[in-house]
Amino acid sequence: MDSRLPGLFFVFGSLSLFSFGGGQAIIADMQHQVVDVRHWMTAREFVDLFALSRTAPGPSTLIAALIGWHVAGFFGALVGTIGMYLPSSIVMYGAVRWWHAKADSPFRLALQRGLAPIALGLVLAGALTVLEAAQANTLQLATALITAGLLLYTKTGPYLLMAIAVALFGALYYF
Amino acid sequence: MTSPNSKPNVSLATLAGVFLGVGLASFGGSSAAWLYRDLVQKRGWVSEEEYLSAMTLSQVLPGANPVNMAMYVGSKLRGGKGGVAAVMGLVGPPFVVILILGALYVRYGATPFVHQIMGGLIAVGVGMVLQLAAQLAKNIRRFVPAAFALAIFLAVGVFRWPMIPVVLVLAPLSIAAEAYFIRKTPHG
Repeated sequence: MDSRLPGLFFVFGSLSLFSFGGGQAIIADMQHQVVDVRHWMTAREFVDLFALSRTAPGPSTLIAALIGWHVAGFFGALVGTIGMYLPSSIVMYGAVRWWHAKADSPFRLALQRGLAPIALGLVLAGALTVLEAAQANTLQLATALITAGLLLYTKTGPYLLMAIAVALFGALYYF
Repeated sequence: MTSPNSKPNVSLATLAGVFLGVGLASFGGSSAAWLYRDLVQKRGWVSEEEYLSAMTLSQVLPGANPVNMAMYVGSKLRGGKGGVAAVMGLVGPPFVVILILGALYVRYGATPFVHQIMGGLIAVGVGMVLQLAAQLAKNIRRFVPAAFALAIFLAVGVFRWPMIPVVLVLAPLSIAAEAYFIRKTPHG
């Protein structure tokens, strides 16, 4: 067995348990661990992998797979990914068990109703943050706004819009 | 409206399949919008209120939000096995995609054409998040939750205060307010 596999599991497993608020919260610490502490790659390589993980579908924490691959090939990718998701999923599972066991209590009802507007505010804040993200160019911004408008006011589905975006952005590459 | 206890009969394969679709379609951080569309609007597996409270749990507890949501819905519908099926469905295919992108990157360096296309998909993803925000805002019916949502939006979105402390202060207040309303009107 590659001796770096336990290290991968340990690094991502610890980050997993501290990723309160989601993947973005641990990126700086991940870079520190991977680059400065373990010397698995240069800062430049880390930034490249981070950019790559932003363009791919799925959770942004899948950067763990890319780092794992870089360090120890396919099994590195597997171990890094399991380390990233297993510990936090076990915590979440415990919370959900408790949550559903209490389904009929008035306190649980208050919890559900009280937590709902919190997520709503966070979704609104997240929408503002992505809009302000400086990397988005004019074409992307226009695409985002038109997408939101079409989804809100017409019966257009997102798959069609994704297909159109692929064709449009792909074609514009040649102009 | 679905009651918090209603459990539709769902096979593990269906569960994994729905989250597989969400995982592969989630570009540009749009998983919240895909989850809302598939779980609340299309399948009715959770009500809007339960979706929102599960989202808050997913954000406050450690772990990636969509992965935690998969664990929530999977284990709600089919217990521990359901949680595992949903998480594997969500993470598995994007895991393969990102390794393929990584291999392309190693072999050819930056591929501007692929990058350009991904940029288009990300833009659609951002649009979906905007639409979700507008949709959820439209559905608010009561003053107190609206005030809490606005306070969170201002604190985290506009003033850029760190999310965790803001939530730790406002969530208990919001829960206390709802507990008060439930006690005042026993039928909810």
